[in-house]
Amino acid sequence: MTLSITDVQRIAHLARIEIDSGQAEEVRAKLEAIFGMIDELNAVDTTGVLPMAHAQDVTLPLRDDKVTAPDSRVLFQGGAPAVEDGLYLVPKVLE
Amino acid sequence: MVAGSIAELAEALRAKHYSSVELTQAHLERIARLDPVLNAFITVDCERALEAARVADAAIAAGEAGPLTGIPIAHKDILATEGMRTTCGSRMLANYTSPFDAHVVGRLKHAGTVLVGKTNMDEFAMGSSSETSYFGPVKNPWNPGYVPGGSSGGSAAAVAARLVPASTGTDTGGSIRQPAALSGICGLKPTYGICSRYGLVAFASSLDQAGPFAQTARDLALLLNAMAGFDPRDSTSLDRPVEDYTRALNAPGRAKPLSGLTIGLPREYFSVGVDTDVARAIDAALAELRALGATTVDVSLPNVGLAVPVYYVIAPAEASSNLSRFDGVRYGHRAAAYTDLTDMYRKTRAEGFGAEVKRRILVGTYVLSHGYYDAYYLKAQQVRRLIADDFRRAYTTCNVIVGPTAPTAAFPIGAKTGDPVEMYLNDIFTVAANLTGAPAMSIPCGFDGNGMPIGLQIQGDYFSEAMMLNVAHRFQSATDWHRRTPTMAST
Repeated sequence: MTLSITDVQRIAHLARIEIDSGQAEEVRAKLEAIFGMIDELNAVDTTGVLPMAHAQDVTLPLRDDKVTAPDSRVLFQGGAPAVEDGLYLVPKVLE
Repeated sequence: MVAGSIAELAEALRAKHYSSVELTQAHLERIARLDPVLNAFITVDCERALEAARVADAAIAAGEAGPLTGIPIAHKDILATEGMRTTCGSRMLANYTSPFDAHVVGRLKHAGTVLVGKTNMDEFAMGSSSETSYFGPVKNPWNPGYVPGGSSGGSAAAVAARLVPASTGTDTGGSIRQPAALSGICGLKPTYGICSRYGLVAFASSLDQAGPFAQTARDLALLLNAMAGFDPRDSTSLDRPVEDYTRALNAPGRAKPLSGLTIGLPREYFSVGVDTDVARAIDAALAELRALGATTVDVSLPNVGLAVPVYYVIAPAEASSNLSRFDGVRYGHRAAAYTDLTDMYRKTRAEGFGAEVKRRILVGTYVLSHGYYDAYYLKAQQVRRLIADDFRRAYTTCNVIVGPTAPTAAFPIGAKTGDPVEMYLNDIFTVAANLTGAPAMSIPCGFDGNGMPIGLQIQGDYFSEAMMLNVAHRFQSATDWHRRTPTMAST
């Protein structure tokens, strides 16, 4: 598979990671090498094979519909970069 | 005092040859002396360790000591520890302190272990050499010019250098077994679902599993006894009867303790790409296992050669999703300058993550993106099933599968950092057990021409940890590879 710089910038945008133009070619070349290895999978006939999403074939358990977790908002927000009145602060999103 | 196994140290503590405070102090002194070279620790908390040791001494005095009471331990810095920072080896979480303990951390605390600190690792557990940490590379105690393996390299190096008798790691593609092999110690990845992932910062949720590092198979069993157990806070935790993983180890020694055991030798593990010194050490270990009564049979895992490409689709896909939480809003690093919300995300993540983490997020984002999902992610999940079927068939003719843990012994620092694919191929023998979810372990079995240790991998079917630990224990009862220590550790 071949990747272009445009492909790399498109993926980087989806992943919300800034890649400056100076690094883009190195990132592109390394990703292309990784996909070169991954492309070995194309040669395998997987017709009718059930995808395996998980190590154990068990159904996820359901718990009773009861409140179990205490309110830990203050504790959890202690590690946030910016909070005010119990809210996480982010740059303005509405003009 | 510091060279003993957990079982020996616990015996000495109960016999009052020394106290847990003295034992902990001895280990803290070694850390202060040797860790400036090794860089195995990100955080060491002497005060907290000595306080825990005092509590352990009180329990011992009251006759309430368990097999791990008063034993110093270190946790990989990806397991959340209340009140002690959890960095994942990343700038993103360099100053993050969890408000709670991971389930396995809590269980080992309850068992009376003395937490001395958190160990260095590849950033977010993505690596096979412990070189991608924001806190600098970990060095191999057998030769500080070499890598200790990864991603749990700090935990492996710390036990190898006898800075602690035990540590924890996590294994997503080999991150316990490969550093155990390259550092000359024992490490176990349990069956998926046995040890809760609660508080284990997620990399690839369908593959991640926590497990122990120690000097001996018996010590691994003691640690697994404490770590394993149902936890409703992890929806993939298995609710099954409690096992004593030491139960097979206490049977009296016989001339042929492994008679009745059939060892499968996958021809795919003994063909190409294995270093000649590694192949020679594995052959010698197999001869020893046969001398102990085991028989060997050839088995075939025709799809196992695809495990690395399958892994490098599934693990990055899950990682790209899991690591989307690091956005500069709820925890961790936030960029200082940005124009708007999207720019804040992009700059925060560009600054907070290192090159390898970004690379894997990009691979994962791509394989999950519109138009590529079926070609990559679904295809990889189908081949994952073919690999699991190969192992299921193999276990109809054998009890365990044995081979090398890694294709080579440790390599020099910097040797593979320029070529991600070459680095990924270190995991060629370990990733399959993560894809299947079955247990696997590594124990020392020799040295290469550079004097670097070699690991023997023992894999088993689901829930066969007790049998695998017994195979390792019988091997260690007849050999002394696990007793060899680096020169650094004997000073």
